[in-house]
Amino acid sequence: MTEPKEAWITGIGIVSSLGEGLDEHWDALNARRINVDEKRFAPYIVHPLAPVSFDAQIPKKGDQRQMEAWQRIGTYAAGLALDSAGVKGNQEILGRMDMIVAAGGGERDLAVDIAILNADAKGNTAPNFLNERLMNDLRPTLFLAQLSNLLAGNIAIVHGVSGTSRTFMGEEAASIDAARIALARIASGQSDITLVGAAHNGERQDLLVLYEFGDFNLTDKFTPVWARRENSGFALGSAGVFLVIESREHAEARGATPYARLTNVVADLAQRKQPGAVTKSLEALWSKLGPPGDNCALITGATGIEPVTSEERAFLTAHAGCAVRATGTSFGHTLETQFPLGLALAALSISRGGLFPPNDPTGLEVEMSGPPSQIVVVGAGHWQGEGMAMVEAIT
Amino acid sequence: MTSPRDKFGRPIVVVTGMGIVTSLGAGKIDNWKRLTAGESGIRTVTRFPVDGLKSTMAGTVDFVSVDPFSSTGLTERLADIAAEEALGQSGIGSKGDFPGPLFLAVAPVEVEWPQRLEVGRAVGKPDFDYPDILRVSGGGKFGQYHHRFMFGSVAGHLAETFGTKGSPISLSTACASGATAIQLGVEAIRRGETDAALCIATDGSVNPEALVRFSLLSALSTQNDPPQAASKPFSKNRDGFVMAEGAGALVLESYEAAVARGATILGVVAGCGELTDSFHRTRSSPDGKPIIGCVRKTLADAGMTPEQVDHINAHGTATPENDKMEYLGISAVFGERAKQIPVSSNKSMIGHTISAAGAVEAIISLLTLEHQRIPPTINYHIPDPAIPFDVVPNVARDARVTAVMSNSFGFGGQNASLILTREPI
Repeated sequence: MTEPKEAWITGIGIVSSLGEGLDEHWDALNARRINVDEKRFAPYIVHPLAPVSFDAQIPKKGDQRQMEAWQRIGTYAAGLALDSAGVKGNQEILGRMDMIVAAGGGERDLAVDIAILNADAKGNTAPNFLNERLMNDLRPTLFLAQLSNLLAGNIAIVHGVSGTSRTFMGEEAASIDAARIALARIASGQSDITLVGAAHNGERQDLLVLYEFGDFNLTDKFTPVWARRENSGFALGSAGVFLVIESREHAEARGATPYARLTNVVADLAQRKQPGAVTKSLEALWSKLGPPGDNCALITGATGIEPVTSEERAFLTAHAGCAVRATGTSFGHTLETQFPLGLALAALSISRGGLFPPNDPTGLEVEMSGPPSQIVVVGAGHWQGEGMAMVEAIT
Repeated sequence: MTSPRDKFGRPIVVVTGMGIVTSLGAGKIDNWKRLTAGESGIRTVTRFPVDGLKSTMAGTVDFVSVDPFSSTGLTERLADIAAEEALGQSGIGSKGDFPGPLFLAVAPVEVEWPQRLEVGRAVGKPDFDYPDILRVSGGGKFGQYHHRFMFGSVAGHLAETFGTKGSPISLSTACASGATAIQLGVEAIRRGETDAALCIATDGSVNPEALVRFSLLSALSTQNDPPQAASKPFSKNRDGFVMAEGAGALVLESYEAAVARGATILGVVAGCGELTDSFHRTRSSPDGKPIIGCVRKTLADAGMTPEQVDHINAHGTATPENDKMEYLGISAVFGERAKQIPVSSNKSMIGHTISAAGAVEAIISLLTLEHQRIPPTINYHIPDPAIPFDVVPNVARDARVTAVMSNSFGFGGQNASLILTREPI
């Protein structure tokens, strides 16, 4: 085997409830700003997308009309990442750029659904009722705004990223694996440059219903992730995050400036029936990742769901040398987008030479002075899937 | 002894186990018998009322039942059946302990109508809205629907059942998903991360809304009577694809590991390629460049020339657009040979198994290599003069086949191709 190639994060695109772009996010995090809406879907709480002018990254209105919100958010964030990497519009690079998107599915037409459900509940609907309503009432191209792989499709169409295109699914784990496979492909020479990321629209009643089935939604009053032991749950968040990851030699050849190095990504699927399984899984991943040295920090996508959050807390307590930050407090839970968000904030923190301040009344998150040289990004899915990444300063 | 590495120095990837379920039956024996007899598995849908639908037929797998029924549940069960067959043939690992990762091609998951209606009926008041539904959704009454309708649920089940290692990957590249699952397995073995990978592609999603969605995009055949004549790839009167269900599972191993444990080698995944089309959400670039590029990348990945491919297992959906573009792409790469090389579409018989198609057709390609016999393209009675392929019309054909190219093209600009050979090249 040849020596693995070094992988650099050279582009970051973020849009979320806190704004868009790196400066706005850095300022918001340093100001400990949180943007939640407790009224719109009360008693459920969401982190709504900050106002965004989609025209800036999706110039054709026709393209915007073909997408639902999650695709617009993702296509927008992908454009920001390409801008940040300095490859926007560079046909030579975009034409061979690989892409791995972690995706769920798109919005439903709630008016169509609710009309069918009401008619059905009244009884006396004919056997062909559902067929006829769907045939007559669904917008013909809505399917394309719902299909998981069409976020990648839209990024290809709007931005011209057209080397390869793969869409991973499976909630939080999907994006951990997207980063893992992207890194493995770059390290082994199977890819020179890859766009990786995800998007999530948290302002969706159909998603609230899906998570309400499992009683996962945070209700009534917003609390930081670490303060939810008594009233556990997540507040869905809207966000899109994409990263450009490339081999060091590819980046150097085009004179790109890196934010940080992505050294390792590991993932597992613990069988969670046993209490403590997540703690054990995270410990095993920590060893596999290669534990960090001094000046380390840890950014986690902890959900606030129990018991997984308490199991993660037990793991974190055992590694108290790393200053912890939970993105769920500031951004809400963004499912597939949470892990790329952690990677983005890790790379951003390293490039800015400091970790953003804690936002946690429980004291688990502590101040960190001085620049982090390594940041571990952690993801433990709300019901399955665990993973970790190591993001390092390039010295 | 053949070298365990290919001409690029990468581990050679072989297939040591295969399992298949389609509307023609469960297992390689039944499927091969019916495919080579030119039988169709397409029938009028009986699982739910079809009144009011434009397309009323599909390649449903009616001999497998799940209770309570959901498309995701059926998708999972089909994957179980295919995986059990593949693992049984391969003899790798032990029961519930597969020594490698899982790559799963699966349709996007969502709450389905029977369950949505059930929740709606629980509201118990007239003229309700979404907040009313939300109010009755919690408390555990519908707890199982959270797990059932998570995207990662099928992979989670398969990983636990078959004991695959690490984080299982669920993926969608639309109609190319099955090929992508195989490609991910090949890449992992070539990187030296693992000696084995379990690649499964499954789709049990023939339900009313799925039929409506494809209908509204004018993608489906509406020639409902007789249903088995509806799927007419490469014919002048083709009018769309026929939805179908099925699953394919392949055990991939490094050649070295397979030989070391004395496994029977069923074939070689010699090359994989993909290239994105950024032209349109559902249509191919009119110049065919992405398909041409995909086919060329696949040949380059295998280190082969077009002359070394002697059969093409076509994507061949029978939509007017796909078949025309597939001919354009193949003829640009294969030149005059495009008219001589046998090009067969399994979808004429089993319909389009969507997320599963790439793996199902890779398995049929490997069976073609094993039996030296090419399944036909049935329902080929009115040739399209614009597509002068030798489509192996209507009747299976014995032929010397050493290398098969299997193509998959999907919505969202997804193009993926595989080259499968009997022996290492």
